[in-house]
Amino acid sequence: MGKRSNEPLVWSLFSSGGVIAAFMIPILLFLFGLAFPLGWIEAPGYEQIMTLVRHPLTRLVLFGLCSLPLFHWAHRFRFTLYDGLQIKHLNELITVFCYGGAVVGTLLAGYILWNIP
Amino acid sequence: MIDTITLEVARYRPEQETEPTFERFEVPFNKDWVVLDALNYIKDRLDGSLSYRWSCRMGVCGSCGMMVNGEPKLTCATFLSKYVPGPIRVEPLRYFPVVRDLAVEMTDFMDKLKSVKPWIIRQEERPLSEGEYLQTPVQLDNYKQFSMCINCMICYAACPVYGLDHHFIGPAALALAQRYNMDSRDQGTDERLDLLSQHEGIWGCTFVGECTKACPKNVDPAGAIQQYKLKAATEWFKSFLMPWGRK
Repeated sequence: MGKRSNEPLVWSLFSSGGVIAAFMIPILLFLFGLAFPLGWIEAPGYEQIMTLVRHPLTRLVLFGLCSLPLFHWAHRFRFTLYDGLQIKHLNELITVFCYGGAVVGTLLAGYILWNIP
Repeated sequence: MIDTITLEVARYRPEQETEPTFERFEVPFNKDWVVLDALNYIKDRLDGSLSYRWSCRMGVCGSCGMMVNGEPKLTCATFLSKYVPGPIRVEPLRYFPVVRDLAVEMTDFMDKLKSVKPWIIRQEERPLSEGEYLQTPVQLDNYKQFSMCINCMICYAACPVYGLDHHFIGPAALALAQRYNMDSRDQGTDERLDLLSQHEGIWGCTFVGECTKACPKNVDPAGAIQQYKLKAATEWFKSFLMPWGRK
């Protein structure tokens, strides 16, 4: 019997990141990329947005929105490198690069969101 | 309407050649013929030494899976007319060692199939006098789709992960494990968990989805594996939160 895999943890992050990215990013893209600039919906002012972002719940949502899709990327990119480029022998390096990158991005997002004035 | 169609059939006779080669055969074109009919014509009329597996001719036995123009197909359900004007290239199932001509070595698959314990496991058998294990239609629906698998190995030939890493348990065996996990009469989920939640089990799958697309019986192995990933992830978190639960 081989050892139990730690894959469940990274897969859970991967799949929740995928769900968040699929459901929320299109909405944000629609609002901030199309509806606001094209005037379909009246754009909120800077102060309004800042008030919204200062709320702890918004920060939490934004944190999840930044972090989880990064882990989604990390997992997918890891397997792209494994299977696509067939460089599975660089396993450790790839793992550190992919999930490490996601951790760095998560810390950065946390830092920025924490320090919103 | 054409009269004949050409088949390019992979030949490999280990006693006389070291590499597989292709041989061309001209067979009558009949719109009711499937690729297997053409192979049988070759064997009966043109070259009796051609080796391949087949049995039922109706998509039940699962023995006539081959690569047809590069795609894994049940040759008994693949019509010649789809490939007019030809030629049609027939090769042994991809990713398996070839024994001879179109027949592949299936031991790896058979071992994997057995390893997932695809049978009903009971902790305690009920005495016969208590009668059958009854199931509601909903309980049947839970697993019925996965039980349609005929072990034709077409999903293995379609799976790029299996192509790269033969340790991967693979679509059919995983789907079949899930078929028994989902069966209300079965109590073997825990027994199967250790094997299935290894890296070579469900986590090897990167959800390419080709297995589901290729399956001639409309089984959804990719779906079964994703379902099971969720289940295994839940168990994994549970084992952290409640380490005293499972060993």
